[in-house]
Amino acid sequence: MHDLTVEVAPGEVVVLVGPSGCGKTTLLEVLCGLVEPDSGTVVADPAVLMPQRDLLLPWLTALDNAALAPRFAGADREAARDRARPLFARFGLAGFEDARPDELSGGMRQRVAFLRTLLSGKPVLCLDEPFAALDAFTREELRSWLASALAQEPRTVVLVTHDVEEAAVLADRVLVLSPRPARVTAEIPVTTSRPRGVTDPAVVAARAAVLEAMR
Amino acid sequence: MILPLLLVLLLLGVWQAYTELASVEPLILPSPVEIGRSLWEDRTLLLDNLGVTATEVGLGVLCALATGVGAAIVLHRVQVLRRATYPLLIGTQAVPVVTLAPLLVFWLGFGLAPKLAIITLVCFFPVAVTTLDALDRTDPDQLKLMRTLGATRRQAFWWAQMPAALPAALSGARISVAIAVIGAVLAEDSGSNAGLGHLLRQSTGQLETARGYAAVVVLAAFAITLFYTLVLVERRLLPWTQRPGGPS
Repeated sequence: MHDLTVEVAPGEVVVLVGPSGCGKTTLLEVLCGLVEPDSGTVVADPAVLMPQRDLLLPWLTALDNAALAPRFAGADREAARDRARPLFARFGLAGFEDARPDELSGGMRQRVAFLRTLLSGKPVLCLDEPFAALDAFTREELRSWLASALAQEPRTVVLVTHDVEEAAVLADRVLVLSPRPARVTAEIPVTTSRPRGVTDPAVVAARAAVLEAMR
Repeated sequence: MILPLLLVLLLLGVWQAYTELASVEPLILPSPVEIGRSLWEDRTLLLDNLGVTATEVGLGVLCALATGVGAAIVLHRVQVLRRATYPLLIGTQAVPVVTLAPLLVFWLGFGLAPKLAIITLVCFFPVAVTTLDALDRTDPDQLKLMRTLGATRRQAFWWAQMPAALPAALSGARISVAIAVIGAVLAEDSGSNAGLGHLLRQSTGQLETARGYAAVVVLAAFAITLFYTLVLVERRLLPWTQRPGGPS
């Protein structure tokens, strides 16, 4: 990474698209304060990382996994669960509160992981290819799920992906990164309101623009 | 279950045939039939002594589990201590129990205490090493996740790292079951008035070889039972470690 500047406005969803190995994950880890940058600075509200793998703890129920951040902040078990429970109902996980992670499908696990990220209470969410491990059908479903979740719970989002369609459907603004050393080679705003379909003209246009920029 | 049983029957058949065809002295090698007779006739004696040895081994393995996991936690968190003591730990494993046993009996008497000390000593190492290894091998991404969710180092350890290492601690305990039994026999040998090791020594002295072998059979059966009990405990306490192809 070199001379890379990324600015994100509060409440904005910025999607970074770039080839594998250009340092997208590292960029997110720097944003979340998990890795010290060799040089450069981060000026931002506290950010929380949602890693590529769901990393749910297999010895906790789905509800307790989602409620980890409140527990770490000092809430007792019941108080933390009470904070997670309404989100389960609102985001299509009602009835799965007491399920163990290995009883959940990949899509369900990813939803729990996202709620866990939301419950950290940090204003900036850094999502690292959150749907990469899912099959195409589930990915499609989760994409619209995430769009509506963000409509209900607006957050500043930096999402990294190499799925161009995903970028066009979710982003307010798409930044295209070059291979190493990574730089921003194009900036494509997508202005239609979410949720959007894959076939919306604005999405199709944004997708074409991103693909063009990646050439 | 069927296959091991068939194998045992086959081996017993060969053994019986050997003692009869080669007319081996029963004092040197009793035949399975004679051992079986002793198992039946001396059943009260064997069971009473099994009670003593089983208590020693059971409590000893528990002690080893507690001290082994405790030591692994301390050594994992205090690297200086780890560098200082790890070679010594390995060294203690090379000290033959027979050397230490009389000393421990001298210090702790003829009761349960010296046996527990010896069994803990020999079983502590597998538990500590497997647990320490598992703690070292924690998924770094998992720890990053804990940090981003606001966990302190201590919270990340107790919530994510330690539970992930528990299956390893129990495997260590399973491995140590066999050496725990040997440790108990040696400990009873150096001073005691009960237990299967004591009975073994006594039977050999009284030229009751078949009874000695019967004691060994009971010991082996006990070790197998304890091993599978630990497998069951692991399944019960740590259900997430269950996967096809695991220990059966």
